[in-house]
Amino acid sequence: MTEHLKMDKVQPRMLDETGQGAIHKPMTRPEGPLKVSGTATYAAEWSLPNMAEGVMVRAAITKGTCEIDESSVKDMPGFVGIYTDRMVRNSAQGTMGTNPVQPEGEVHYLGQPIAVAVAETLEQARDIAQSLAVKYTPADGAKTVMDDSTEFEDDDDPVDMGDLDKAMSEAAFSIDSLYTTKPHNSSAMEPHAAVADWEGDRVILRGSLQMLGFNKNELADSLGIDVSNVRILSPYIGGGFGSKLGISPECVAAAVASKKLGRPVRVVLHRNNVFEMITLRTETRQRMRLACDADGKLTAIGHENWQTNLPGESMAEPVDVATHFLYGGENRRYGQHIARLNRSASGAVRAPGEAVGQLGLENAMDELAEAAGIDPIEFRVRNIPEKSPESGLPYSSNALAQCLQEGAEMFGWSGRKGPKERLEGEWYLGMGVASAARSNILMESRANVTLNPDGTALVQTDMTDIGTGTYSILGQIAAEMLGIDPSKVTVELGDTDLPEASGSGGSWGAASAGSSVFLGAKGIRTKLAERLGCSPEELRLQDGVATGANNRRPLAELMDGPITEEGHIEPGSTSNDFEQAGFGAHFAEVAVNKVTGEVRVRRMLAAMAAGRILNAQTARSQVWGGQIWGIGTALTEEIQHDRRTGHIVNNDLAEYHIPVNLDVPDLDVHFVDERDDQSNPMQIKGIGELGLSGAGAAITNAIYNACGVRVYDYPATPDKIFPHLD
Amino acid sequence: MKPFDYIRATDPAAVQQAGGRIIAGGTNLLDLMKHQIETPATLVDVTRLEMTEIEQSENSLRIGSLVTNSELAAHETVRRDYSVLSRALLAGATGQLRNKATTGGNLLQRTRCPYFYDTTQPCNKRAPGSGCQAMEGANRILAILGASDKCIATHPSDMAVAMRALDARIEVESATKGTELLTMDEFYVLPGDNPEVETVLQQGDLITAVHLPAAPAGRQSYRKVRDRSSYAFALVSVAAIVNTEGGKITDAALAFGGLAPRPWRDSGVEEVLIGEAPSEALFDKAADVLVADAKGHGDNDFKIPLARRTMKAVLSELTGVS
Ligand SMILES: Cc1cc2nc3c(=O)[nH]c(=O)nc-3n(C[C@H](O)[C@H](O)[C@H](O)COP(=O)(O)OP(=O)(O)OC[C@H]3O[C@@H](n4cnc5c(N)ncnc54)[C@H](O)[C@@H]3O)c2cc1C
Ligand code: SF4
Repeated sequence: MTEHLKMDKVQPRMLDETGQGAIHKPMTRPEGPLKVSGTATYAAEWSLPNMAEGVMVRAAITKGTCEIDESSVKDMPGFVGIYTDRMVRNSAQGTMGTNPVQPEGEVHYLGQPIAVAVAETLEQARDIAQSLAVKYTPADGAKTVMDDSTEFEDDDDPVDMGDLDKAMSEAAFSIDSLYTTKPHNSSAMEPHAAVADWEGDRVILRGSLQMLGFNKNELADSLGIDVSNVRILSPYIGGGFGSKLGISPECVAAAVASKKLGRPVRVVLHRNNVFEMITLRTETRQRMRLACDADGKLTAIGHENWQTNLPGESMAEPVDVATHFLYGGENRRYGQHIARLNRSASGAVRAPGEAVGQLGLENAMDELAEAAGIDPIEFRVRNIPEKSPESGLPYSSNALAQCLQEGAEMFGWSGRKGPKERLEGEWYLGMGVASAARSNILMESRANVTLNPDGTALVQTDMTDIGTGTYSILGQIAAEMLGIDPSKVTVELGDTDLPEASGSGGSWGAASAGSSVFLGAKGIRTKLAERLGCSPEELRLQDGVATGANNRRPLAELMDGPITEEGHIEPGSTSNDFEQAGFGAHFAEVAVNKVTGEVRVRRMLAAMAAGRILNAQTARSQVWGGQIWGIGTALTEEIQHDRRTGHIVNNDLAEYHIPVNLDVPDLDVHFVDERDDQSNPMQIKGIGELGLSGAGAAITNAIYNACGVRVYDYPATPDKIFPHLD
Repeated sequence: MKPFDYIRATDPAAVQQAGGRIIAGGTNLLDLMKHQIETPATLVDVTRLEMTEIEQSENSLRIGSLVTNSELAAHETVRRDYSVLSRALLAGATGQLRNKATTGGNLLQRTRCPYFYDTTQPCNKRAPGSGCQAMEGANRILAILGASDKCIATHPSDMAVAMRALDARIEVESATKGTELLTMDEFYVLPGDNPEVETVLQQGDLITAVHLPAAPAGRQSYRKVRDRSSYAFALVSVAAIVNTEGGKITDAALAFGGLAPRPWRDSGVEEVLIGEAPSEALFDKAADVLVADAKGHGDNDFKIPLARRTMKAVLSELTGVS
């Protein structure tokens, strides 16, 4: 049976009543011991009998055509084959469900996959891939930089409310600033990898992918086969951050080669390939125009952005996404302009939109607060609207003011001084704040939940755990609802033969897959209530014992065999009738070296309101990850392209600088207690991307507060700061 | 990676006979081999040779070529008498890399120029005559001093910069010349027209040790400016040893990393300082000399003012000028 819910109205707060105590607890990951002992098998670790090894061949020109000369490598040791057919140009965009292959021999950017070289060993395959003779015919008109001479595709219908120009000119205070951010790479620890094997007409693909429901369709599309002939297994994933949303080139290449060869083929992307062939976050230019009256009330918000992508890619970074609902002001204007460049494709990277858009907005807010002579926290609080300023929708919940104020108290904000007023040796110290906001999303999702008479349970869904803690929270939800200890629940994930879930992306996984598990367990509760002779509302399940209607029976006595229920959640009208978002506030204290311009973050605090917190530990880890990502965004991370060729020159983790341990100080996380009744039957909201939104802006605002240098061009490497210091 | 033969050398003569590429810690060479930037047919593993000791005599310290960066940084005498070296080592790479990286290998690590690492790109150092893609390309981390119009690569080592300030000499055993002690300026060759040649070593030549002269008088410091707190190569680094007596600078040794194709030392800078009373104005004069011939290439222009500022800050720290 299926317990189905379309989220059209507020649901009772069941998880406040159940009483097992499995929810909210800081529970460690059940799969943790497997991961630290190397026994959780990641895609690249599968070794199948008679498996051949593939290595992707990358294009060495920016634009044009190529012809591959297989004879140049045929006699090399271990040669198995070179395959060029059905190559995909880059990884698919998230939630596409399709992934058309490229016309053979076309090159659209330097580093694009053009073939896969297959050999008996990895070393041989790599040698063959590097030795393969390729004849290139470069084409004219390659574009590799976004600058003032670039042609842009403009948004056809940008939001334009009131009269921004007039409001700017009449305002008591206004700012008009241009912010730029560089491209970012997800840099997941586990590189993309696939092992493909065919059983007759059915391909079994072990991959590292975030959204199997979409991925199976994308793989079927690329291979030109029916989706029923695709099975994807992805039980363990070493980080995704958007880079594994869509099917990627190594999956298709491994499947093609394996089919031709009639033997399993493994293709693991080299880190350099990950940088080039997998979607990355676009660079952005953001023009921020803000105006306020003498009391610090916003009258105008303008957020216009310029960004880049490959021709034909549908994804655009929704840079202004949170600007639409975060602050008030009647006059509002937006605009999006996309330059089509011959460079690696842009796509979703953790918190697409907010991750960079909040940098522009929250720095501009800081600039305007200063111009108006108002404390940045007070300035933000004054501008939190009653309802969403453009759509007019009520917020499902909005604890931004509380996050800012509680956070300020905890962080010691009152000790903040002005630029260059706190000097410690060579270091200027300063504090900064930024608001966080991330739209909350519910997706359709299904799961099977089975309760056994011995008090154990099984959860099955094709949901993925990309390192976020999905195994933990799904087990906790089932345990809470079924009144058993979480250690009694087994969770099976990452297999397309299991019921289709939302997949991991957009911070919707816990809400969507979690609700499906909640519902499946709720269905089981209904059956148990019937057997006990009470109403489902009366039923109490705790520690394997059912109580209700003056009856108290152990599960074993109530059940003659396992009970399985499918849970099925669908978004409903609450998604449309409310502005749903998580909110929060980031605080940072930094030290800026007055000689070199080096910045070190001293401490950070994130005060977050994300509805009910399912697992205090995994939620905190998500926010930590966001704060650390904020450090990288603010200070170090930037993809550098060669201006002439679009070649990514820092395509490894030695030169693409993510924060290292020493860059990361004590990180504090504070959760504001909240239930969001409109979000889903568990009253939770997404947390993974919220923790990143605005984090970098708190740091750059702190840099300004420390030394008086406003960073307009991210990241704030020393060369952008020291020239402005004396 | 190309297939290769592997020989484990048991004595220095065997290294010369084998005639292959020497491998020590492998932390640089193996990456270069995987990228097929270096494709030796034979690897000669020297890690069984007796070059693992740090020997102290009255007037010098002899560091065996196989002493790891971690061991050297932690050595009591080094920490006490040559702190600039210990600090430079600890500012380099990561704990894991330093455990593997050897003294000889560190001296011979190759540039981190991105185009050098990509075999599809022109690079005079990797493929002589193919051009220098960095000159007008992404050159943020590359050289402003000592470069040529053929190559602007930097030498990425921290350790070697401190050794340069300490007047280290490199002990080389070669088939033709026997054992030689080379200064670092004799050892490293500037790129000129042949950037593929980086040192005077010939095939089969073995670095057996590095000699440090008696501990210098004065205070020592190593300062590395980088994009993140750790695990990043220097944008600019300064190794400095300065002695002051009676209010005057009596000795000064300054070497720079991140600026040039080899650890950079300019006697002109030191001449400005020696015999003078330390002051901001004096440091400015010395900085003028340091960057007099500096040439930026766009992305790396910032290194010129940054080198000045960093050098002046280090001198202030060592002489107490505020
Ligand atoms: C990601 C990364 C970051 C790093 N960051 C830094 C940094 O911040 N600062 C820094 O200074 N270094 C850094 N390093 C470089 C590191 O210090 C060097 O890779 C290491 O010192 C090389 O030593 P090895 O023993 O591993 O050399 P190998 O890789 O074994 O050899 C390097 C070269 O030296 C030759 N060679 C080795 N021993 C001898 C000998 N006895 N005689 C003659 N020739 C010999 C080899 O033939 C080869 O050409 C980094 C390296 C990596 C990979
Ligand atoms: S700077 Fe030197 S190493 Fe870099 S591309 Fe030019 S020649 Fe090659």
